[in-house]
Amino acid sequence: MGIENLLLGFHIAITPYNLFVSVVGVTLGTIIGVLPGLGGANGVAILLPLTFTMAPTSAIILLTSLYWGALFGGAITSVLFNIPGEPWSVATTFDGYPLARQGLGGQALTAAFTSSFVGALFSIILITFFAPLLAEIALKFGPPEFFAIQLLTFSSFVGLGGGNPLKSLVSILLGFILSAVGLDIVTGQLRMTFGLVDLMKGFDFIVAVIGLFGIGEILLSVEEGLSFKGVRTGMNLRVVFDTWRILPRYARTFVRGAFIGFWMGFKPGGATPASFMSYAFAKRFSRNPERFGKGELEGVVAPETAAHAAGVAAMLPMITLGIPGSPTAAVMLGGLIIWGLQPGPLLFTEKPDFVWGLIASMYTGNIIGVVMVLAFVPFFAAILRIPFAILTPVIVVVCALGSYAVHNSMIDIWYMVIFGVVGYVFKKLDYPLAPLVLALVLGDLAENALRQSLIMSQGSLAIFMTRPISGAITAVAILFFALPALTPWWRRLRGPAVPRAAREI
Amino acid sequence: MRVADIVTASVLLLVSGVVVFDAVRLGIGWSTDGPKSGFLPFWLGVLMIAVCAVIVAQAARRADARPFVTRAQLGPVLKVLWPAVALVVLTQWLGLYVSAALYTGFYMRWIGRHSALAVLAVAILFPLATFFIFEKWFLVPMPKGPLEAWLGQ
Repeated sequence: MGIENLLLGFHIAITPYNLFVSVVGVTLGTIIGVLPGLGGANGVAILLPLTFTMAPTSAIILLTSLYWGALFGGAITSVLFNIPGEPWSVATTFDGYPLARQGLGGQALTAAFTSSFVGALFSIILITFFAPLLAEIALKFGPPEFFAIQLLTFSSFVGLGGGNPLKSLVSILLGFILSAVGLDIVTGQLRMTFGLVDLMKGFDFIVAVIGLFGIGEILLSVEEGLSFKGVRTGMNLRVVFDTWRILPRYARTFVRGAFIGFWMGFKPGGATPASFMSYAFAKRFSRNPERFGKGELEGVVAPETAAHAAGVAAMLPMITLGIPGSPTAAVMLGGLIIWGLQPGPLLFTEKPDFVWGLIASMYTGNIIGVVMVLAFVPFFAAILRIPFAILTPVIVVVCALGSYAVHNSMIDIWYMVIFGVVGYVFKKLDYPLAPLVLALVLGDLAENALRQSLIMSQGSLAIFMTRPISGAITAVAILFFALPALTPWWRRLRGPAVPRAAREI
Repeated sequence: MRVADIVTASVLLLVSGVVVFDAVRLGIGWSTDGPKSGFLPFWLGVLMIAVCAVIVAQAARRADARPFVTRAQLGPVLKVLWPAVALVVLTQWLGLYVSAALYTGFYMRWIGRHSALAVLAVAILFPLATFFIFEKWFLVPMPKGPLEAWLGQ
């Protein structure tokens, strides 16, 4: 069924005009992805008005290409500046930046781009052939399953994240609390605003990310003196090919990351948890987990594969069900309606040229993307020769621009500074920042899922255990939450050496 | 480190106390159409109080003489932090572009000791470039001040 439809799609995607549109989209997207704060969703929203006069297929190709570009661009700032352009590139900084500081930025970037491409390709192939089937599975998901998935994500921070599990838990709780500030859209009540108008809008995760990771990271990195250290890249074709020769070693990480990414990706907010989960699993299964966070190439491969697989998978429910899987997909969905298309399963039968043109453009867009970012990294490397005293104010100003652009509000720039100081303190005291941001992003969704589940069950928490799918997921989540308490006990039981079996739960 | 750990966890204890207080005001029980607004915040706050209390107890028992931040470390950190705060304060009065120009120019001269020509070039061209990218290209309005008003933007 798929092949001739896909050929029809390629007929549309490979016209010179659509290829040109794709190149423009990827270029703009990479620039947007590199600028912290101006993410894919933002870029797509800003460009949307420009597409009204275009043919719908070309318009969606422009916006999706922008999205691929932003996904690639996020990796560049994560590795070279330790500033994640997008929440799902946060995990890439853990090992990408240490690698860049050791002078292996070229390897880290090649690994990041290649992993992104592999993850994306994996998801596109799955979308092409298994879209109807997987859409059907996702249709069966109710609020309890959705909440269970969220529980699993956060439990993996506590159980698999390493560090102090109590501090991981505090980060998660604080993130959820911050996300609850402001208007409760279900009851219409104001929560934790204490009569302050500025608090009514709540805290946006983009501002939190810019502050915690952008400003906080700069503060932490200058402790050793006012300079950005060793983030030069030796990026040329030789490095690319040499890195490609190493990468097959991580075949299992690629496969695991791609599967985690796809599985998490077609649910809202999936890319970020997928990248963290993939990272946590890679660390857990690695023969040398102690090298993670200090510059392990596998620590770049794992989150990037998953993030891109998830980013692409987010398109699946948008085109098959009319439910966006990510904020960017949500903006694109708005575009579809403006272009006069009705999103949903009918699109496959009524507008096959649009759907299959879009799917084929995912192949071409990602191929164009990976070739372009690999070719133009020397251009980005030039950014690093700029002296510290110029780069610091530029980054701070760009962070301020990004924070302001989210809601056009001055208070967000203040929040950015406050989050920066909090990020600095938390990082020094080993409170992990990633779960805080993730909880802030997913807070509303998780609370809605919890509410709907409790309404379904008349207030009984048993609903998460009695439904088969959510029961299984919840059981694993509870196991992960209990893992820090169980591990010492397990070790004593099995002798001092940590047995392999204990790590491969 | 020990003192900073206790202070941070205590501040978080205080925050969770406020959360629980507000949640009780909103109602933590069950209304006719599901859980009330305070339901989730209440349990988040209660859990956080418990966890933070354990962290305080753990930190208090542990002997850790390392300082949270040394004097040598704090200097450069503040040299980044206070100009950034100044930028935000200035932005409220002068708009983002003028503030960015002043901030970038000051920082280049103060920390980098760049030549006056380089300072002027970057401090003027960088905000100008961001102006065209954000206001003209991407149509994202930024806070503006008297200079932009005078120029009729």
